[in-house]
Amino acid sequence: MTSSSALVDVQGLVKHFPGERAFFGLGRPRAVVRAVDDVSFAITSGQTLGLVGESGCGKSTVGRTILRLIEPDAGRVLMDGLNLLTLGGRELRALRRRMQIVFQDPYGSLNPRLTVRQTLAEPLAIHHLATGADAGRRIAALLEEVGLDPGFARSYAHELSGGQRQRVGIARALSVEPQFLVLDEPVSALDVSVQAQVLNLLADLQQRRRLTYLFIAHDLAVVKYIADDVAVMYLGKIVERAPAPRLYAAPRHPYTTSLLSAVPVPDPTAQRPRIVLTGDVPSPAHPPAGCPFHPRCPHPKKDARCHTEPPALREVAPGQLAACHYAEEPL
Amino acid sequence: MTEPLLRVRDLKTYFVTEHGSGTARAVDGVSFDLYPGETLGLVGESGCGKTVTSLSVLRLIPEPPGHIRPGSFIEFAGRNLLTLAPRELRAIRGNQIAMIFQEPMTSLNPVFTVGDQIAEAAIVHQRLSRRAARARAIEMLKLVGIPDPAQRVDHYPHQMSGGMRQRVMIAMALVCHPKVLIADEPTTALDVTIQAQILELLERLQAELGMAVMLITHDLGVVAGSADRVVVMYAGQVVEQAPTPDLFARPLHPYTVGLLASVPRLDAPSRARARLHGIPGQVPAASDWPGGCRFHPRCPYAWDRCREEEPPLLDASTGEPGSHTVRCWLLTEPQRRTGRPGS
Amino acid sequence: MSVWNWLAVGGAAVLALVAVAEIRRRTGTGSSGRRFFRHPSAAPALFVLAFFVTVALAAPLVTPYRPYVQIDITRLANHAPSTQFPLGTDPFGRDVWSRLVYGARISLGIGALAMLVAVTTGVVVGGVAGYFRRWVDATLMRLVDVGLAMPRVFMLLMVVALWDHVPLTVLVLLIGLTGWFGTSRLVRAEVLSVREREFVAAARALGAEPARVILRHVLPNAAAPIIVSAALGIGNVMLLEAGLSFLGLGVPSPAPSWGNMIADGWPKMAVAWWASTFPGLAISLVVMALNAVGDALRDALDPRKETA
Repeated sequence: MTSSSALVDVQGLVKHFPGERAFFGLGRPRAVVRAVDDVSFAITSGQTLGLVGESGCGKSTVGRTILRLIEPDAGRVLMDGLNLLTLGGRELRALRRRMQIVFQDPYGSLNPRLTVRQTLAEPLAIHHLATGADAGRRIAALLEEVGLDPGFARSYAHELSGGQRQRVGIARALSVEPQFLVLDEPVSALDVSVQAQVLNLLADLQQRRRLTYLFIAHDLAVVKYIADDVAVMYLGKIVERAPAPRLYAAPRHPYTTSLLSAVPVPDPTAQRPRIVLTGDVPSPAHPPAGCPFHPRCPHPKKDARCHTEPPALREVAPGQLAACHYAEEPL
Repeated sequence: MTEPLLRVRDLKTYFVTEHGSGTARAVDGVSFDLYPGETLGLVGESGCGKTVTSLSVLRLIPEPPGHIRPGSFIEFAGRNLLTLAPRELRAIRGNQIAMIFQEPMTSLNPVFTVGDQIAEAAIVHQRLSRRAARARAIEMLKLVGIPDPAQRVDHYPHQMSGGMRQRVMIAMALVCHPKVLIADEPTTALDVTIQAQILELLERLQAELGMAVMLITHDLGVVAGSADRVVVMYAGQVVEQAPTPDLFARPLHPYTVGLLASVPRLDAPSRARARLHGIPGQVPAASDWPGGCRFHPRCPYAWDRCREEEPPLLDASTGEPGSHTVRCWLLTEPQRRTGRPGS
Repeated sequence: MSVWNWLAVGGAAVLALVAVAEIRRRTGTGSSGRRFFRHPSAAPALFVLAFFVTVALAAPLVTPYRPYVQIDITRLANHAPSTQFPLGTDPFGRDVWSRLVYGARISLGIGALAMLVAVTTGVVVGGVAGYFRRWVDATLMRLVDVGLAMPRVFMLLMVVALWDHVPLTVLVLLIGLTGWFGTSRLVRAEVLSVREREFVAAARALGAEPARVILRHVLPNAAAPIIVSAALGIGNVMLLEAGLSFLGLGVPSPAPSWGNMIADGWPKMAVAWWASTFPGLAISLVVMALNAVGDALRDALDPRKETA
């Protein structure tokens, strides 16, 4: 994952949200929610980075900050060496053609007042790519590419099933011919049989169009099928990052290990060590001191150092980074 | 074999569609048994009728637009729940058969403390005093693994995390020590690490309290880890039913096979962009089930008979007769399965 | 009233019926149209509105007199309803039916136009506040708070009292510009919730300008409550206008409005009840019809009512 061949290079991304004020502003001062706290990664052109974590870990905020749907507080997002976060107006709009997003909720991500044709014609119009009959042809081709009958162009979102809507969402993202897609939990709202269809579609599109993906998900099993590299987030920080085969075979951070062991496997005969973490994810407004994972960490070597000294994300094996003082002695 | 605790026979729950013109046959002739102390997994995708089945058991279907057809039969402790008077039914609900739901956020009343909500069932069904009920609520919170139960009892739902709220829901359901717990997607809204906690909790409580659990889920992984027997539903019907080890080792219905092949597996060999074998097409609408076998439009093996004639549940057991049943004509012509895709 | 006038009134009723039937036929196939007409009062209410609008537009055809004509002040004042004067005459010897019809033009017109002013202002302010949030929102909403805290009728009375003779356009603008605060709050709340939906984020990610996002993605999805509140608001404005006119501060006599007709007939209520009662009934009927249409629209435009 060297920066030189990277299409997308995220460096030191930070996003803090002002927290809620207690007692209508009369109480304690606001606690800042550290949604994204110094996140860095790079994605090689044509590859997929899986960004994994539980709800509230900041993974979706990362995706949206990269696209500047949310303005970050600090950091750089380089695409082909161009820093996205300092671009304005026209340049930003031009760059938006190169990166697109697909959302989780197939019900919320399509405008209910528009037909599929109108939904897909809009980006073509915004970027002056096609109008009239030409647009019609491109829309038909897009629908076919995502596995939908072009007849669906006349339908409204509520007339489609969840899987069909998600395909329209993908077609909308592809309409401007981007190089990079942020896929924000694109299959987690779908039924398993449909989820498999959409995952296959995403894999096909990536090959055909040479796309680069940031695949955000909470499900490590899903990520395993699509990601070349995986980054695991906990409380706004990346705690482990490695090539997928390494991460699944030999995780170094105890959180990754616990997460892997918590995923149910559809095999009643599977003999797997089950690590059940105690407690809940702490609030990102009040992250624990030291290692953010220490209150739940099942590592036998956990000690005073974990309570006080935040571990740095460091290379613990070739290509594998982990933020744990005891990454050399994994669970 | 012991007597079943809950016996569901030919359950049909229909809904009138919006225009009032059609009928959605959400549950259409479902039969199964629940034995004391076992966990029965009810599995299927959205729209298969698994939730409506579970709601029908306690007659929680909104009427109208829904109604349970005459001829349906749900026997619990020797009585047909479908013919009980409302007062008798209430004495069973929450007392002998309890239920937990998917959304711990909306299933708890935001204006009462969790203690009040847990105590309520004890006050209603066991006529405990307020003081005794409160003590019971604290005891239940402790049972479901909530730290500082004596303080937590006075908290409101919004002061708790999703996992905590689901524990409270479980405490509420178990306060009267029910014989049957119906758990409708109890972990779907939760993160994996919290899901693991809740599943472990349910397992422990089941062993301690000796209740039977009907676990409704879309997640085959959850079923594999928790259920003793599995009922697979598709299009309002039971399509396959078997002991868990048997079902996963020898899935017979093409839908079960397809479902298993669709699941991304953590235990699969690691290779990026490996293909999953999905099931083509999608679940049809409940107002318009296909004729013949309801799975035939999506089935890779379907032949004329599947299109014309609806298969009954056929016995495919290798052990005890009736332990593994499948609604598929392939059982009568097994040679048709060879050399086809899908597994 | 001549045979021709009666025929014209009948024609207006038939036209209104046909219009309602046509609306029903065209929208009845869609799910929102079905939800609208599921209300038992929706079709009759629509008919009432269509009838008044038709009659008002065709005023010269359906009335025998000009509205301000005093036919015979000595002999025909306070004449009871008859075939010649179907709703009687007022204390000034004017035909109540004719004034009612011409008054419909003014009363309905003020209601609709003032509401248009109010809704437009409210949508712009609420939309801008909700979409841009931060200081824009804070500033605009404080302004709205101030507006809502002012007693509206008192304010109107103060301003109107400065004029000897209030021009109608001024009256419309005054009523409209004091009536948008509630709408802007409603729009803002709706926009705040719609802008968080993912299709809005998708549009922004595609490079759509804020104006496009607001006009094409946010407002259409926030339109339902706005339309409903506008329908209900017209009735409110009509009542307000009637109140002002009754106090002599709204539409000045001899121009007819339903409010000043009530005022004109009021002193002779004991001997000629019809002069005040019929305009009063007309106001009630139209306001009730607007409320019924508003309720039906609420259901028709609410996609959550979609069960299939």
